[in-house]
Amino acid sequence: MRLEHIVLHNLRRRKGRAVFLVIGLLIGVATVVTLLSLTDALGRRAQNELENFGANIIITPRSDELTLNYGGVQLGGVNLVAKEIEQADLVKIDDIPNRRNVATIGPKVLGAVEIEGQRVMMMGIDPDAELKLKRWWSIAGRSIEKGNELVVGDSVAKRFNLNMGDILQVNGHDYTVVGLLARTGSQDDQLLIAPLSVAQVELDKQGQVSMVEIAALCHDCPVDDMVNQLQQVLPDTDVQAVQQVVKTRMHALDQFRFFAWGVAVTVVIIGALLVFVTMMGAISERTREIGIFRAIGYRRWHVLHMVLMEAAIVSTLSGVLGYLVGVGATLIALPLLEGGKATWHWNSTLAVSAVLAAVVVGLLASLPPALRASRLEPSEALRAL
Amino acid sequence: MSLITLDKVHKNYINGADCVIALNKLCLTVEEGTFLGVMGPSGSGKSTLLSVLGALASPSSGSVIVDGIDVYGLSAEKQADFRREYLGFIFQSHNLIPYLNALENVMLPLAVTRFSADEKRRRANDMLKRVGLPDRMLHLPQQLSGGEQERVAIARALVNSPPLLLADEPTGSLDTTNSHQVMSLLKELHEDGQTIIMVTHNRENLEWFDRTVYLRDGKVEKDVQSCLDQLPQAI
Repeated sequence: MRLEHIVLHNLRRRKGRAVFLVIGLLIGVATVVTLLSLTDALGRRAQNELENFGANIIITPRSDELTLNYGGVQLGGVNLVAKEIEQADLVKIDDIPNRRNVATIGPKVLGAVEIEGQRVMMMGIDPDAELKLKRWWSIAGRSIEKGNELVVGDSVAKRFNLNMGDILQVNGHDYTVVGLLARTGSQDDQLLIAPLSVAQVELDKQGQVSMVEIAALCHDCPVDDMVNQLQQVLPDTDVQAVQQVVKTRMHALDQFRFFAWGVAVTVVIIGALLVFVTMMGAISERTREIGIFRAIGYRRWHVLHMVLMEAAIVSTLSGVLGYLVGVGATLIALPLLEGGKATWHWNSTLAVSAVLAAVVVGLLASLPPALRASRLEPSEALRAL
Repeated sequence: MSLITLDKVHKNYINGADCVIALNKLCLTVEEGTFLGVMGPSGSGKSTLLSVLGALASPSSGSVIVDGIDVYGLSAEKQADFRREYLGFIFQSHNLIPYLNALENVMLPLAVTRFSADEKRRRANDMLKRVGLPDRMLHLPQQLSGGEQERVAIARALVNSPPLLLADEPTGSLDTTNSHQVMSLLKELHEDGQTIIMVTHNRENLEWFDRTVYLRDGKVEKDVQSCLDQLPQAI
């Protein structure tokens, strides 16, 4: 017979109260685990999306005269005067230390062409790379492959009343419209999109590109470092990180995380109050018992030890069950968020922290009642006998 | 040899604006091996005397020496150790822990000692056999009769082999038969050398004591070898 034996017997005897306490703390732990798991899953999803989102680094030629632009590429009025990037230099990107973080390199050439006497911007692309960068593109028909093929931006298609299969004269050369780009709401709607090599010939920019978009894997990738590294290998260019989207998304996620922590802290405080009030009630109810323990020679420490041990057992159980319930709730909630694309990941830190936090909260909330119990004078307690 | 010496023990209780004197400079010595009865009307200070002897209520003044130990010179934690090692309490209403069986209730004082689990069990077993409850060990208090509960309480009080047993009206809630059984048991213990101080209202118990003190207004009014004729009739 040890003190643990008495504690377990007492918990078994007062099952209702023990279950109430476990449920109270369990709800708190489960809520915290659910919110943090959701935040974690959504964060991972956001990062994953960012990796697939498109370019987050743009390389443009250095230029002084700026009148027209597309995505940071400056075109000089009617006549393009900007210096272009040598396509051959792009292999230097392979030399940067963070090469493994480079997911996609999308070179493009840009220039003005003439259709039916009107000026339109043509963009030459590497179709495979571009479609990886612009996952939001929706093309009716098919993408360009090689030869004089065009995908036409929505505004251009409407302006020239173009349909798939139409033959379009560009600078006097025939091109076949193989795809219509659905409206994007961006400058892409204004483009004639052709294979890179075809556009280079059409624009008389063989071996040159007007800009390069790079998608860097963003999970822990040092974008700023990569910008510096790219700048070093391509000194005649401007290398810029496109971080607005990343930051906006991360800001939204931070807001959600902040909200989650706010709710979590509130729930934990409520849980702690619940434990405190219940334990206080239990101590009042057990004054007689405590009097007996003290009268037969239990030290204050023994009484404190018993009350805290009871709280530790209840809290540990709440922590473990709360974590499991929280994970269950997360698994149920995730399919309803982000179109079911966010997935739950085992997070040992969260699991251990949830149980530890439950125990710490349970013990802290039980400490005042435990101290009160231990400080009961035997004579005072025995008056209740 | 005196096991207990109370020297001018005074105990006041403050009750609102009133000051109630429970023990009034009481002096008392008790020899080892005595079976002492404490009698007196309600409010005479019997229970307070037991509390003061049991290191449960410190006196307002005076000293309490038990087995050479100045009880109220000890720290609160040492007083707890003193209660565990020197005293056995038998309460008026048994005061068993309702969710522990008889054996576990008897083992209760041993739970905070360094004895092995087997030794604790053996001692509690022996004590329950001694009080005549070898077949009730695994019964919960509510499954025992009043007399049986009282015997479990006696076994619990004795399991630590304390030099002094303090009993507060142990037969107060028992019928005549159970009362007799409990008193016989206490007498047996006394005959084995146990020092017992028992508070009682029941004059029929006087025959079991070898010394009786009669309290009135917190003082010893009479202190006699048990002889009914020498005690006040008003008890």
